[in-house]
Amino acid sequence: MPHWGKIARRSFLIGATAVAGGVAFGVWQYRRDLPNPLEPGEDEVALNPWVIIDQKGVTLIAARAEMGQGVYTTLPALLAEELDVAWDQIRVIHGPAAQAYYNAGLMSHALPTTDYDRTAWQEMMVEAMSILPKMIGLQVTGGSTSTLDAYDKLRQAGATAREVLKQAAAQRLGVAAGALETRDGRVIAPGGVELSYQDLAEDAARITPPRNLELRPAAQWKYLGRAMPRLDMLDKVTGAAQFGIDVRLPGMMFATVRMNPHLGGAMNGFDASAALAMPGVERVIDLGNGIAVVATNTWLAMRAAEAVEIDWGAAPYPATSAAMLDVIRAALDDPPNSTLRDDGDIASATSPDDTVIEAQYSVPWLAHATMEPMSAAAHHTGERLEIWTGSQAPGFAEEAAAKAVGLDPEQVRCHVTYLGGGFGRRGESDFVVLAARIAAALQGTPVQVTWSREEDMRHDFYRPAAVARMKGILRDGRAVGLDGQVAAPSVTRQSMARMTGNPPPGPDKGHVEGMFNQPYAIPNYRVRGHLADLDVPIGFWRSVGNSFNGFFMESFIDEMAIAAGRDPLAFRLELAEAEHAPSAGVLRAVAEMSGWDAPRAPGTAMGVAMTHSFHTPTAVVIEVALRDGAIALTRAWMACDVGTALDPAIIEAQMVGGLVYGLSAAMMEEISFENGAVVQGNFTDYDALRQHQMPTVAVRILETSGHIGGVGEPGTPPAAPALANAVFAMTGQRIRDLPLNTHLRFVG
Amino acid sequence: MVRQVTVNGSRHEIDLPDDVPLLWVLRDALGLTGTKYGCGVAACGACTVHIDGQAVRSCQVALADVWGPVTTIEGLGQPGALHALQQAWIDHQVAQCGYCQSGQIMQAADLLAVNPVPSDAEIDAAMAGNLCRCGTYPRIRAAVHAAARAVQEG
Repeated sequence: MPHWGKIARRSFLIGATAVAGGVAFGVWQYRRDLPNPLEPGEDEVALNPWVIIDQKGVTLIAARAEMGQGVYTTLPALLAEELDVAWDQIRVIHGPAAQAYYNAGLMSHALPTTDYDRTAWQEMMVEAMSILPKMIGLQVTGGSTSTLDAYDKLRQAGATAREVLKQAAAQRLGVAAGALETRDGRVIAPGGVELSYQDLAEDAARITPPRNLELRPAAQWKYLGRAMPRLDMLDKVTGAAQFGIDVRLPGMMFATVRMNPHLGGAMNGFDASAALAMPGVERVIDLGNGIAVVATNTWLAMRAAEAVEIDWGAAPYPATSAAMLDVIRAALDDPPNSTLRDDGDIASATSPDDTVIEAQYSVPWLAHATMEPMSAAAHHTGERLEIWTGSQAPGFAEEAAAKAVGLDPEQVRCHVTYLGGGFGRRGESDFVVLAARIAAALQGTPVQVTWSREEDMRHDFYRPAAVARMKGILRDGRAVGLDGQVAAPSVTRQSMARMTGNPPPGPDKGHVEGMFNQPYAIPNYRVRGHLADLDVPIGFWRSVGNSFNGFFMESFIDEMAIAAGRDPLAFRLELAEAEHAPSAGVLRAVAEMSGWDAPRAPGTAMGVAMTHSFHTPTAVVIEVALRDGAIALTRAWMACDVGTALDPAIIEAQMVGGLVYGLSAAMMEEISFENGAVVQGNFTDYDALRQHQMPTVAVRILETSGHIGGVGEPGTPPAAPALANAVFAMTGQRIRDLPLNTHLRFVG
Repeated sequence: MVRQVTVNGSRHEIDLPDDVPLLWVLRDALGLTGTKYGCGVAACGACTVHIDGQAVRSCQVALADVWGPVTTIEGLGQPGALHALQQAWIDHQVAQCGYCQSGQIMQAADLLAVNPVPSDAEIDAAMAGNLCRCGTYPRIRAAVHAAARAVQEG
């Protein structure tokens, strides 16, 4: 095994070709089943790592957290499709963090190739790479991978469970398994004899599961491909859904934290005497680079935390966002970290009669601003630490918490609650570690740790600021060359260093995704990524690199179309048609839906953008109108090609949600730094799109791409450029620096 | 001093300082966690409850100032006896993460109480203070219309 570990690490860290032999061996080695992590109770029988059948019915152990993306509904549908259980017979709980819940889909994005061009060789590599999260213990909800990862595994699990139950029934009844049918949680024998799954579960445990069962074709699906009622909906409309912030235990205390606003800076000292004299305050805990206040009520704790006088050390990064942007801009002239696309020869592509355009863009730092501020409940009993929180990565959280309080990871259990928004923020473990440390200080007493909104917004792992320098070459109305340079701090390197201890060397794909890998047939097409690392905490923010590169790329493609004297949608369509049919398909769809080729409604304008991300090409058209000098978003149309639509209502919701998240950032969101600290603190100065600013949205889901695409993130990248392009069409003003409201006014 | 508040029809004695916001009385003293903390400054609407039938931001009402009986999401309707809005929210599959939805529903209930058949513009105006980071706004609007129709049709 040490030998294997070495190979895996090497294959994870370096490029694909060098490790082909080793990976192939590894796949074989690592395809052995992991120990069942479920610890079934005495009257329960675990059929495989995903299903428990007991006297209460069928329980699906979801390896993914429900953060609004409907995974607690789509995962059961995948299982039920093969298992033949009625919809209301399935319960869903989040599984304990365990290596068996590796998220294979997440790693399929890590290969430095374009996603839309999946050759057989790439398929093999993607498959081979899927062993690696298992090796490093990922159990992550992110990267729009939940259903991609589960699509085969859960259906196979359902089919396996079904066949084992049939064999158990066959043995009991003395008939051939082939003569049995299954329906609504029962095995049905000729003559009408029925045995419930519950009744058969114990017998089933003694049967060796068959392997590689044939799965039902889509034409036979009963649950998949249609809108299923979400299993979390009733809880969420009656206030019963429990988020991390809602966990209440007997004898619980309530705490909050106040950490150094100069992120990464030290604490030189503090005076808590005033805070300790305040009502309800029990303790003030020294956390090294901040304090926690423990009280009988969260609000009393928050008030007291403000009353602690603290001498903060300085931040390890430039004091202002302007100074940071200078560092990032300067990196454009550094040697590139990556040149992941270099089609043709951009350096000699220009002819004397060509039109050449150049432009620079920038986007600001962004916070996640989940509706539920960071929170976690924890109970340290000396031997064990129990944590309840909404985590996108409970495996990492358990390890980090264990390390922070000096326990073994086996002594720590992280119970995953509903997430009040994730967007990437809850993949970090900082809030879990702080709760663990506070619980350790209060040993024996359970504690709920809730951050104030201000603490949350000022201690995020931000979407980094980024800049781009773009050059386009046009000849006879066509794109001949595109030369893109991106500079930003590397999310991949910083977050991987934080989670695994080592930043991956080599080209950073996430840094340039959304620009280098777009399905446009431009004969001379180069994209270079320049890393500008600053010690500002940064992390995964819905759609990651695509969130800024989508804006750079699709704004500039628009500029190229205008410079070429072409219609922006027709210009894109021509480039996509020659490269990737599904991407052309989504462009055609939004053209038709929006009536793009018809005259605009009076006083309105439209903008278009398309980004291929997370295996799903997604096009957006936004219509704007001018009202008393302010821009109103009136209508929007989206089309995405997800290959196979497992639940169209959930996909629609995710697409609209991704659009809103992207529009909010484009219109009004900016995190800025002054004196080494984040300025913005609440929704008063970091707002988001609201009901009265919301356009109507129509979504069309296409299924031609041939593979399942993600849906949680692809709606975000085209939002900003579609809106900026609409603003240009309306006003003639080309805005290259976000957010847009620093240049114009929105209705609101 | 100990104060009495009535929440969802039950009387409670609360031994907390007068200035503790109703939000934190509900969540931490009474364990009614359906009412959410989002901002603490009346900027997001997640903490919306009713006092005397009127929607208020519970993060802005001090314990000493609670002027009437309080209704929270738990008191608006329960499985088996859902409020028309809760049923419409289910029918239209509104919630994503769900964190803001208690506040959305309580705000919408106030709207329908004073304006039984609101227009799109009236819904926009009434709901503008309730933030949703998941972007469920189109379904919220559709669900409010559906609940209004359901109530009208009895």
